[in-house]
Amino acid sequence: MSANVGIVIVSHSADVARGTASMVEQMVGREVPLGWCGGDPDGGLGTNVEAILKAIEAAWSESGVAILVDLGGAETNSEMAIEMLPAARRERVVVCNAPIVEGAVMAATEAASGATLDAVRRTAEELTPR
Amino acid sequence: MRVDHAIRTRLLISVSQRVIANAEELTALDRAIGDGDHGINMRRGFEAVLTDVETLSAKTLGDALKGVGTTLVMKVGGASGPLYGTLFMALGKSLTEEITREAVADAFGQAIEAVKLRGKSDVGHKTMLDVLAPVHAVICAGGDDLPARLRATAQAAAQSTIPMKAIRGRASFLGERSVGHMDPGARSSALIIDAVADVMEGTA
Repeated sequence: MSANVGIVIVSHSADVARGTASMVEQMVGREVPLGWCGGDPDGGLGTNVEAILKAIEAAWSESGVAILVDLGGAETNSEMAIEMLPAARRERVVVCNAPIVEGAVMAATEAASGATLDAVRRTAEELTPR
Repeated sequence: MRVDHAIRTRLLISVSQRVIANAEELTALDRAIGDGDHGINMRRGFEAVLTDVETLSAKTLGDALKGVGTTLVMKVGGASGPLYGTLFMALGKSLTEEITREAVADAFGQAIEAVKLRGKSDVGHKTMLDVLAPVHAVICAGGDDLPARLRATAQAAAQSTIPMKAIRGRASFLGERSVGHMDPGARSSALIIDAVADVMEGTA
């Protein structure tokens, strides 16, 4: 295991996704592979599978990819995208149950230390109230 | 019966045109309890199906349904893309050219289970499942005038979501305030069933 886990940000809004990605880059640095997407295919609010697949590709790491999402449809579309990945990759992508901005920064911080996908996900999910 | 090329074409066109024609209504329903994009999203998806209708209908019934599912997943955007995509893909997985009522009932039941898993939802949560489940029951029971009863059941089932409180999806954030509005996904499901009934009756 050498490569850092990748982080993907999936928001309904391209602005939120872009802004969150830029927070990750500025606070954590560029050693974590990063992908983001937001908006529907027409440029309105929404999420879509095609864009999520591209973001996963952009952030791909042999150590896996952790996805942070905002509202319901982002999660459903991310899960659909994971299912459409080649079988060898499917097992190495997870959706984190965490707030998108804080989760992305915390997950990236953990990922930058070379942590496993499981540890990255746990760190992000510690932010979720139980 | 055999779902031949001509019937496959009519099914795809009938369903797509019905959704597209009612896109504004779906968006208005979604504006009340969701994010107001259901009609826009569904129209985008089914316009893509119409564009590909010749290629899709040339495939076997199973592959055509899977193709519709993939198109919806990729084009719809929003949660309804994966949900309807999953429904059509699951139907395509088990249906072959020669269909019987039993085979359709079986495939429809499996497709409903797949949608439940995808949406982490169930009947009674004010979703498309509240239309699909009673429609499934009618298919299972069989009998005379099946298209008319499918139509009526789907219509009544969509109406029955009005007093429900949303448990899943964007509408669930509204809690009690989701009561009093028809679920847009239930309505789009009813429209699709209605369009299929038209083909069964030979009017589309």
